[in-house]
Amino acid sequence: MSIQKTYEEINEKIRRGEAVVLTAEEVSQMALTATPEEIAEKVDVVTTATFGAMCSSGAIVNFGHANPPIRMEKIRLNGVPAYEGLAAVDTYIGATACDPENPKYGGAHVIQDLVDGKDIELEAWGKGTDCYPRKHIKTIINKETVNEMILFNPRNAYQNYPVAVNSTSQMKYTYMGNLLPNMRNATYSTSGELSPLLNDPEMKTIGIGTRIFLGGTQGFVVWPGTQFNTLKPKNEFGVPVSNSATLAVMGNLKEMSSEFLQAAYYEKYGVSLFVGIGIPIPVLNADIAKNVSIRNEQIETTVCDYGVEGSPALGRVTYAELRSGEIEVQGKKIRTAPVSSLAKARKIAKILKQSILAGEFEISKPVQMFPTNTSLKSLKEVKGGEQS
Amino acid sequence: MKMQKKRYVLKFPAQSGDMPLSYHLVKDFDIRINILRAEVWPGKTGSLVLELEGTTTNLKNGIAYLEENQVSCEPLNKKITWDNARCISCGNCTAVCFAGALQMNPEKWELQFDPEKCIVCELCVPACPLNLFKIDFRDN
Ligand code: SF4
Ligand code: SF4
Repeated sequence: MSIQKTYEEINEKIRRGEAVVLTAEEVSQMALTATPEEIAEKVDVVTTATFGAMCSSGAIVNFGHANPPIRMEKIRLNGVPAYEGLAAVDTYIGATACDPENPKYGGAHVIQDLVDGKDIELEAWGKGTDCYPRKHIKTIINKETVNEMILFNPRNAYQNYPVAVNSTSQMKYTYMGNLLPNMRNATYSTSGELSPLLNDPEMKTIGIGTRIFLGGTQGFVVWPGTQFNTLKPKNEFGVPVSNSATLAVMGNLKEMSSEFLQAAYYEKYGVSLFVGIGIPIPVLNADIAKNVSIRNEQIETTVCDYGVEGSPALGRVTYAELRSGEIEVQGKKIRTAPVSSLAKARKIAKILKQSILAGEFEISKPVQMFPTNTSLKSLKEVKGGEQS
Repeated sequence: MKMQKKRYVLKFPAQSGDMPLSYHLVKDFDIRINILRAEVWPGKTGSLVLELEGTTTNLKNGIAYLEENQVSCEPLNKKITWDNARCISCGNCTAVCFAGALQMNPEKWELQFDPEKCIVCELCVPACPLNLFKIDFRDN
């Protein structure tokens, strides 16, 4: 009989302190000598993690009402513009928001400062209405003074991501780091065999409602992420070979820590936020055991030329090759470098493992699985009202 | 005699600009010189990043000679600071460091910095998204 476990059985084991939890790297090692059936029998949960720059991040903040109250129609947090269309005193501050006068300090820095308990200058303007007569306010807010602060990231934890190179003769400044001319370096961003959506490529256990590690606390997967694409080509191990699925995640920013939420500024690109995400994968059966056993040499990704419009694909490499420090693309040897932190991802996978073992983190069954046939549209330009 | 290779940041006052200092280092002290970086303007103060190779005694005497001539000579690693405590080991700086001074440790995947290999190209300064490098080899 093949093994079939339920979420409830695994949670029971977690409560009794009997669950066997491994990190995705540990289970990949185990798979060198154990079959998927044996793994499904022995292992209950596998922890995955990633810590990379995720531009599509932001926070919802409720400031509370002043007396007399104001309907905030223009909002600045330490000079960074925040969204003003969310009722009177709520806002969404995007990680990449910035004041062009001070481009090195953006939304991500405001978010990190909030997490760190620092004071932030809030300045807001309104037109003044009968119920909200005030027209201007300039004050100080922080983690303690605001009502809620919630991290809400519409597109995180990309399932695979291309490797970036630059074939032109000019340095390119990108969110994949500084790309030297003439393909003198290549940068890659996922945590490979530790990466969440590479360990559950068809998302059999990850869906809406999945409890995750987010920025140092427990958060949730709340929706498929934007640009969610399930139709990308897969390799023989079932892994999409370029960026495909994504997750929308949410959690209480007040409980997070800047150890796992780090503001970043990329030269000539802009601001972004490193986000730490960890996802536990319940090993319900041999199929899932096989997926979590994936190793770096089985994970392939596409090398794209970020120097050329449309970032054309130049070839495919494995994570084992990327981690070796050198890849070969079209006969040319190129030095590689990561742009996301494997050291931090490992730390997250370990923390998640320990909190599950300690009975502080239970596995949640998704309340709704993700769509399985979504592709991406691109933005078409319509000139002068003509339709083509 | 054991040869040593060391990197130094030299800062010299305006009046030393016309002295053949490097000639004397080579001729009188048998030091091999490799210029990694130079910012010298006639009549102004200048900075030079040099790799000096010679015996311990010759290096010592050569440096003493430079200092006698009002040229300050400091080991390069004192001029490069990297805020290790805040580093998240993302690797962005290693992507641009082709001298190999910045590398990820292949087991722990933490950043390792070997100042001896640094050629002061300064590419890591803008490459770090946390702005953790300070390289100061000019005059303060
Ligand atoms: S200055 Fe250049 S050689 Fe030195 S550590 Fe930075 S990138 Fe490497
Ligand atoms: S780029 Fe900055 S944060 Fe990243 S590894 Fe280098 S020094 Fe550390």
